Parts: sequence; structure tokens; C-alpha cells
Amino acid sequence: MGDIPETVSQLKNKHPEAISDVNRFRDEFTVLIKPDAVIDICSALKEDGFLMLNDITAVHPSIETDFFFVAYHVFSQKMNLRLRVKTKVPVDNPELPSVTGVWRAADWYERETYDLFGIRFIGHPNLVRILTPDGFEGFPLRKDFPVEGRR
Amino acid sequence: MEKVEVPVHRDYSSSTEPSGFVLTTLAEAVNWARKNSIFPVTFGTACCAIEMMGAAMARFDIARFGWEVFRPSPRQADLMILSGTITNKMAPVMKTIYDQMPDPKWVVAMGACACTGGVFDSYAVLQGADRIVPVDIYVPGCPPRPEALIDGILKLQEKMGKAVVL
Repeated sequence: MGDIPETVSQLKNKHPEAISDVNRFRDEFTVLIKPDAVIDICSALKEDGFLMLNDITAVHPSIETDFFFVAYHVFSQKMNLRLRVKTKVPVDNPELPSVTGVWRAADWYERETYDLFGIRFIGHPNLVRILTPDGFEGFPLRKDFPVEGRR
Repeated sequence: MEKVEVPVHRDYSSSTEPSGFVLTTLAEAVNWARKNSIFPVTFGTACCAIEMMGAAMARFDIARFGWEVFRPSPRQADLMILSGTITNKMAPVMKTIYDQMPDPKWVVAMGACACTGGVFDSYAVLQGADRIVPVDIYVPGCPPRPEALIDGILKLQEKMGKAVVL
């Protein structure tokens, strides 16, 4: 754990409540945060130079788990550093604040994550489905959705 | 003013040469014309389209059979080669293109995905193009080689030759 970049350890010192874990695996850095701190941490990251949001996606680990991971992949051109910010939301009430106010690029990623996992991003300007056909029902990347669909 | 020489056309009425007509049925003549000038619509949805393009290029050269004029507008086309996976999102687009084509029109389902959905037994993929449009010829393969596509359209030509015109 000695090789955590300084920006990340500083961030952890500044927000000790919000950040529950910092992890390094194969030179990828993952920061696990509390869901209500998403906006704070993302704004702080953007101020620290992570100007580019590469991706937002989610993971439903298995049908037994009652939470989704939501992952934000950010990149700093200045430091040439990539960071994964992860948080957990419950399956029965999947709600997160939208980060469209921090990065404009979040718009379509949050729509995609809503489309496939049903995670509602509060404060998103236009949270409608983006990939599935019109009239599609259900959230296909949840583990309880049948792979071949509901025919 | 100079006088212009008007060329006199040859008078065949008194000639002993063969005078250039054949007897056939209307259906034979119309079907012969149709099946030797197939205009496919430019439409490809996945990797089979690469093989379809390969079939149109110099190495396989479907121009030898008179099928090479890929029309970007469905209004000018009479054959739709469904080359590739048809997702449920793409299916209404494909149906619209089919509906826009003037009669008579034919459909070749190229590859496993267009025939049956292929390996994509998934919520996102149409399980066979024949759920939406009438398919004349199924060309299996993943993807089929250009020879297979050519064979499929040759089979379609046979079918077109049997069409009732009036």
C-alpha cells in the first residue's frame, strides 16, 4: 500500500469519513467511497486534475448480492494517472446523485447505467433509456434478468 | 445551303438474312431480365457484410452475374441481403427498408444470425429475420464465404425464373 499516489492519499486524509478503502491491484488504483459522498469526492477529484471521465458503469456481482457496485473511471492528463472510484448502492433502492454537474461526459454514461441496471441518478437532466429499443422493460444486466430476455 | 445526306435504313423486308427476333413467353422474358439484373440494397448489419462486400469486389466479383449494382436507396433495389446479426433495436429499421423497396422484391438471409439468431440467444437479438420479413433463401455459415453467398443468389435466380408474371 506504500505506492498509493500522493493525490489519492491526500484525498483520503481530507475526506476520512467518505473514503472507506484505497486499493492497488496490478497498478490500478481503486477508491471505495460512500454513496452519499459521490458529488464531494468527484468535485475534489476534478479540482485535483482528474478532468476526464472515461466511464461510468455498474456491476451486479451475483444474484445473491443485494447491492450494485457503481464504478467511475477518471483520468488525469497532467499526472498521467487513472483512478477507479467505486461505491455501493442497494438493489431494492438504487439511487445515486448524478455527477453531470461535475463532468458533462457523465450524461450518456449515467443513462446507459440506468438503462442496463436501473440505477437512478438523481439530478440527471434527461434520465431516459439510451441503448435498448423503445418500450423495453426490465434491466438486462441485472443478474435476475434472463439472458435470452422475456419472450 | 449545303444539302444533307440522309442515311437510308436497310430494308429487311426483302432480305434473306435472319431478321432478329425470338419467340418466347412473357414470363420467360420478364423473369430473364429480372434475374440477370438484380440490384441489391446497400445494407449490412455485422461481420457477414464484410463477406458480402468481399463478394462484390474483384476477387469474387458478383458483377459476373449481373448483381453488382448495390443501390444506396431501397427505392431502386429489388434484393435485400440481410448480412449479419439483426438486433431488436435494428429490426424496425430493417423492416422499414424492406417496406420501402418496390415490388417485386426478394430477401436473402446471409449467415447464422440472420437465419436464426445464431449464437446470440439473447434479449438483444432478433431470433431470425423471418420473424419480420419473408425470406427467400437462407445461406448458413458464420460467416458464409463469398462462394456460399454467390451460390445462394444463384439459387434465388432459379427461384426468380419460376415466378408467375401476370
